[in-house]
Amino acid sequence: MSEAVMNLRSRGGRRATSWILAAIGLAIIIVAPLIGLYPVFLMKLMCFALFACAFNLMLGYVGLLSFGHAAFFGMGAYVAGHAVKVWGVTTVLGIFGGAVVAGIMGLVFGAIAIRQKGIYFAMITLALAQMVYFFCLQAPFTHGEDGIQGIPRGTILGLVDLRNSLAMYYFVAAIFLAGFLVVYRTIHSPFGQTLKGIRENEARMVSLGYPVARFKVLAFTISATLTGLAGATKAIVFQTATLTDVHWHMSGEVVLMTLIGGMGTIFGPVVGAGIIITLQNYLATMGSWVTVVMGTIFVICVLTFRRGVVGEILARLK
Amino acid sequence: MRLTKLALATTALVGLATGAAQAEISDGVIKIGVLNDRSGLYADLSGEGSVVAARMAVEDFGGDLQVEILSADHQNKPDVGSSIARQWIDQDGVDLIIDVPTSSVALAVQQVTSDTDTAFISSGAATTALTNDQCAPTFVHWTYDTYALSVGTGKAVVEQGGDSWFFLTADYAFGHQLEADTKRVVEENGGQVVGQVRHPLSTTDFSSFLLQAQSSGAKVIGLANAGGDTTNAIKQANSFGIVQGGQQLAALLGFITDVHALGLDVAQGLTLTTGFYWDRTDESREFSERFGERMNGQMPTMVHAGVYSAVAHYLKAAAEIDDDGGKAVVDQMKTVPVNDFFAENGEIRADGRMIHDMYLVQVKTPEESEKPWDYYNILATIPAAEAFQPLEQSTCSLVTN
Repeated sequence: MSEAVMNLRSRGGRRATSWILAAIGLAIIIVAPLIGLYPVFLMKLMCFALFACAFNLMLGYVGLLSFGHAAFFGMGAYVAGHAVKVWGVTTVLGIFGGAVVAGIMGLVFGAIAIRQKGIYFAMITLALAQMVYFFCLQAPFTHGEDGIQGIPRGTILGLVDLRNSLAMYYFVAAIFLAGFLVVYRTIHSPFGQTLKGIRENEARMVSLGYPVARFKVLAFTISATLTGLAGATKAIVFQTATLTDVHWHMSGEVVLMTLIGGMGTIFGPVVGAGIIITLQNYLATMGSWVTVVMGTIFVICVLTFRRGVVGEILARLK
Repeated sequence: MRLTKLALATTALVGLATGAAQAEISDGVIKIGVLNDRSGLYADLSGEGSVVAARMAVEDFGGDLQVEILSADHQNKPDVGSSIARQWIDQDGVDLIIDVPTSSVALAVQQVTSDTDTAFISSGAATTALTNDQCAPTFVHWTYDTYALSVGTGKAVVEQGGDSWFFLTADYAFGHQLEADTKRVVEENGGQVVGQVRHPLSTTDFSSFLLQAQSSGAKVIGLANAGGDTTNAIKQANSFGIVQGGQQLAALLGFITDVHALGLDVAQGLTLTTGFYWDRTDESREFSERFGERMNGQMPTMVHAGVYSAVAHYLKAAAEIDDDGGKAVVDQMKTVPVNDFFAENGEIRADGRMIHDMYLVQVKTPEESEKPWDYYNILATIPAAEAFQPLEQSTCSLVTN
């Protein structure tokens, strides 16, 4: 009896803490550009945070390391860029299109890759992503090395001019929050519980009668769609879509972000993206030393706090 | 109604504010951002040397103008380049972006600088698109372009009997443009192009491309690439015995640092077009020796010399009109001819192209070379009027309107 009350109380307490945290997070997002932080930097950060959250859905909650997420990120960017620039569709529709195409790719890739686990899964996703990379290198609409440049930012429904950095910022913030909520809802739904079950003990889930493969493909598709959404948004923010977005370095970077932030935690990827993007930004003047510094940080992270920043904090609080 | 009033009032205010800001140097400092490749295949021909050249230009200018120099590595990626440019302009108040080799990056930067009225002078980029379809009133193309290269080398090689060509082309804006321009020159002079193959930027293994070139039977293999790609291709062609087999290599864009990297044994006899050779006049020698003192004896490439010349000309113009608005300074620069060790009576045209004499050079044999960096024999001077695309042919909106 008393245990149940304790449980209830702590659950209520945790919910209150979540609400407070969410409110603080929202306040930070709203205020950040107004207190002098550079909006373009913040937008980049949010795009990568969303990317990392989507990736974390696979790595942290299904336990599958995809090494090919750059394919979805880059393809989302290319599709949005091409649609907005060449076909002249509206910005919102272009971003939506980027996400949908990435989602369809995710469905196909997922159906092929989830037959394997562990390193084989990672290798298959990497192989598929490399195929996408070479497609992007050669396809005429991506303009190879040059990339798609000068993508117009356009307007939201003809009302808000996105060339204004602040308007663009709040637009990106809305997309980020929407994407983040989708991830949050996915994790905290029965569907998410099932995914965690698969991560912990797949054989048992199969024996309980869950169609494990279907769950995995669906999770992969959601993850790919959100990744495409992040890529498409980034293309509109920077007005370019280039090979950098589809290169396997990008797949590696998102793994790094998720691990440093804390995989399998909801805020971890956001924090990880924040750390990596900030480092890249402020160390940019050091040239090739950036990669050395990042490598060192990664090694320290793996050796000393394996759960990642957020994971470690949560573990201490328990 | 009230909204309209408010909007009008705001516009007026903004107009006033910009009006007041005009004709003075923002925050009292001219900030110059040297944006180039500092770690990759174009780092030798631009990189730190361009920063040194810009610094020398600022020191030599003296005066009471306060000038600051920033530098960054764009890693030859258009997205990295444009986001650095944007950040420099938005946050650091950079007034001039200079150098920017790698045409794809330069085109991306061009969009940012023309949107924000920031001056942009390219010394390192080659594509003529910068002064044609994608020209801007804030832009000057200083040192060379694909048209000038093709006129020099393409014509010279065909006249020497190299009338069938095969292109080995870097697969991005610059390579495509250089290939197209050279093809035109070759065909105009009675030669023919038998084929081409495109390789990715920063390729390390050219063997399959070289074999295709070898089996094409063309007399000349035109290398429409640059920097590390050119030196790699030449070295590997050497080990395939392509030149010994009777085919000639034409490096359409070669820098003195490439020749240095190859060594005269391999590079001897190559015909190149360049905008600058350090050992040409007393003035160029004087500059190059000072440059060499700061660069461990390395002599400047045409890109380095162009950066010095461009920064010096920019500072003069900015001081003259006491303004650092992009279009304002570039307009002023266009009114004054360029006269220094780099260019004699150079002129910046309406489309942003700085025209000056170019030189057709041949790489010396090891026996001919008497001192370090003594690499070129100047075969011919291509006068400015012939070296660059005629203004009438420019598709730049600043000219056609």
